[in-house]
Amino acid sequence: MNIEVLFPEIANLYGELANIKFLVDGNKTYNVISSSLGREPAFVRKNPDFLYMGAMTEKSQELVINNLMPYRDKLWELIQNGTFILLTGNSGEVFLNEILDEDNNLSIEGLGLIKGMAKRRMMHRHNSLYLGKCNIDGVERTDIVAFKSQFTSTVYGEDYMPLFSTTRGFGRGLIDGSDEGIRLNNFMCTDLLGPLLILNPYFTKGLLSAMGEKNPNLPFFDVAIDVYERRLKEFNEPDRGFTY
Amino acid sequence: MNKFRFYIALWMAKLALFTMGILKYKGTNFPGQLAIKICPEFLRYIGKPERIIGITGTNGKTTVANMVIDSLREDGIYPLNNSYGSNIHTGIATALLKDTGFWGKSKKEMAILEIDERAMPLIMTYVKPEIMAVTNLFRDSMKRNAHTEYIAGILDKYIPDDAYMILNGDDIISSRLKPDNDRVYFGIESLPTDLDHSINLINDARICPECSHRLSYTNVRYHHIGRCYCSNCGFRSPEPDFLGETPDVDSKRITISHKGMKYEFPLNNGGIHNMYNTVCVATILYKIGYSLKEAANLMKNVSVVGSRFSSEKCGQVTVSNQMAKENNAVGSSRAFDYISSLPGDKELILMMNCLGDQEHWSENTCWLYDCDFELLNKDDIKHIIVTGPRGKDYHLRLLMAGVPEEKITWVEKEIDAPNKLSYTPAESIFIFFGTDSLVLGNKVMEKTKEIARKKGELQ
Repeated sequence: MNIEVLFPEIANLYGELANIKFLVDGNKTYNVISSSLGREPAFVRKNPDFLYMGAMTEKSQELVINNLMPYRDKLWELIQNGTFILLTGNSGEVFLNEILDEDNNLSIEGLGLIKGMAKRRMMHRHNSLYLGKCNIDGVERTDIVAFKSQFTSTVYGEDYMPLFSTTRGFGRGLIDGSDEGIRLNNFMCTDLLGPLLILNPYFTKGLLSAMGEKNPNLPFFDVAIDVYERRLKEFNEPDRGFTY
Repeated sequence: MNKFRFYIALWMAKLALFTMGILKYKGTNFPGQLAIKICPEFLRYIGKPERIIGITGTNGKTTVANMVIDSLREDGIYPLNNSYGSNIHTGIATALLKDTGFWGKSKKEMAILEIDERAMPLIMTYVKPEIMAVTNLFRDSMKRNAHTEYIAGILDKYIPDDAYMILNGDDIISSRLKPDNDRVYFGIESLPTDLDHSINLINDARICPECSHRLSYTNVRYHHIGRCYCSNCGFRSPEPDFLGETPDVDSKRITISHKGMKYEFPLNNGGIHNMYNTVCVATILYKIGYSLKEAANLMKNVSVVGSRFSSEKCGQVTVSNQMAKENNAVGSSRAFDYISSLPGDKELILMMNCLGDQEHWSENTCWLYDCDFELLNKDDIKHIIVTGPRGKDYHLRLLMAGVPEEKITWVEKEIDAPNKLSYTPAESIFIFFGTDSLVLGNKVMEKTKEIARKKGELQ
């Protein structure tokens, strides 16, 4: 499997790159290609099996938008042809029409591949736990545990299929109980952090199966499941606070 | 009306301070909290010393502030300070309150204030430092501090435009703060242990801040600390004005040079971060008005408070605590790096759980994947006990770092962890915990020492 990681030199906040390490530790044959700033991304010449981008700073979002803008059409083609794409944290915001910096009343034009707008308020950081259910074939209704830690809330301009249905916590627009993320073919975008793939081994296995892996293998699976089950139990406790 | 509220706040807070003095309560922010509750603009009206020296940064600000205060005391100067309180606005208010008279006029000429980076907006609107030292900027708690760009933005916005900046020239992030302010840089010359690339998971200065081209490093100490340049646009780290040279960890000395003058300064502990702290303190003292020679003399008898690292021989093993800030990947990475560099066999207890978070919600564990657990994958680290609410998370993280499964033991409750140590003669035992689990950490430490002593008597 060819996994392309976009801009790991800047899209690496909150341990997000460990998502990819987790996959590769489970299968050493996976080939990871890092596409850096200032160069043509690898997906332009060869479709990856899985394209990933993690969380980044606000200035980095602008760099990413500038670097991806020339390849906007190719990215749309990847979305349309069903390439598996996962964007976690605030990386999905660069695919939107606009990021609105409300503190400075500035509008930053995004790639415009996903209809919507992220509203950013830098002195209002949202921190919360997340418990939801997955909407991916094969692992439907699988429980998802993760975290949110962000300055933005996103409003989508179209009725996109959610990636996760929220059981407890804040989904799109930071609205209590609202659906989380979007799924468009195999394009998946979510604010959730964790790292998501490590915290949710059943989801990750399902994702790999959906990508065509016959016997997906994850490293230290028993321990990862133990961690997952404990967190799931904790997040299901009725008295557990969900916002920081 | 505001001034009237201020006086009510002042006198109420002073009464609280007086009462707490009688009851021997020390180190609380309650008077400052009360004052700001009554008068939200309390910091505006309270009297302040003529000279305010602010010290901020992710790591080392407490140590640097305490060293500056202790150095000044050597010269008979007792500056107003917040070393017994917190470094947020209520702590600053409490500190100012302590040294004001009945009408709120300051009795001190100088203040040395340790200031939390994130609390700047609440403090700097009213408290204007003449000198502002920034030790460094790293990723800290993601919930509160997000990332270095965010904190740098806050510092740029709220540090006064006329503050004289003392900046770490080996930190490409903080050295670029307040570009229009007058400034001086401190740094450390090439060290034999320097690398030409960062081996840490976190390096927040991988690209040139001017042209976004990938940065090259000539000297890397840890993370992004070191000296870098851009081969595309010519950007490079600033040259330090105060340079730490030829540090000698054995004799605990470091030479600091400035404009051709060179003097030897004492080093309190090993570790590169302590060298930076020492050079930063010397630079602050110089800018306050001492010569480098005088600064070296003042620092002779200054020692670092040992709460972050203490060690005791118990039976046939040595038991040490190692402060590792919870939710702080860089802090824990530095602690891991330091311990793993020490000679001899070791056993570790990892219990950096954020118990406060656990009580109210659940600790966000993203930081574990920013933290260099890989540094613990060493032959002489024989056994690692993972414990507490996030013990299983540490277990998985250690496995992903390549630590063999057979070296890891999970224990549910922290207090039971000492029972699982092997206490092999001549080894060192290190217990990692942060401020949030300080009380429990000390209990675990005491229990470990007790068992070690008993085993020592039997051996």
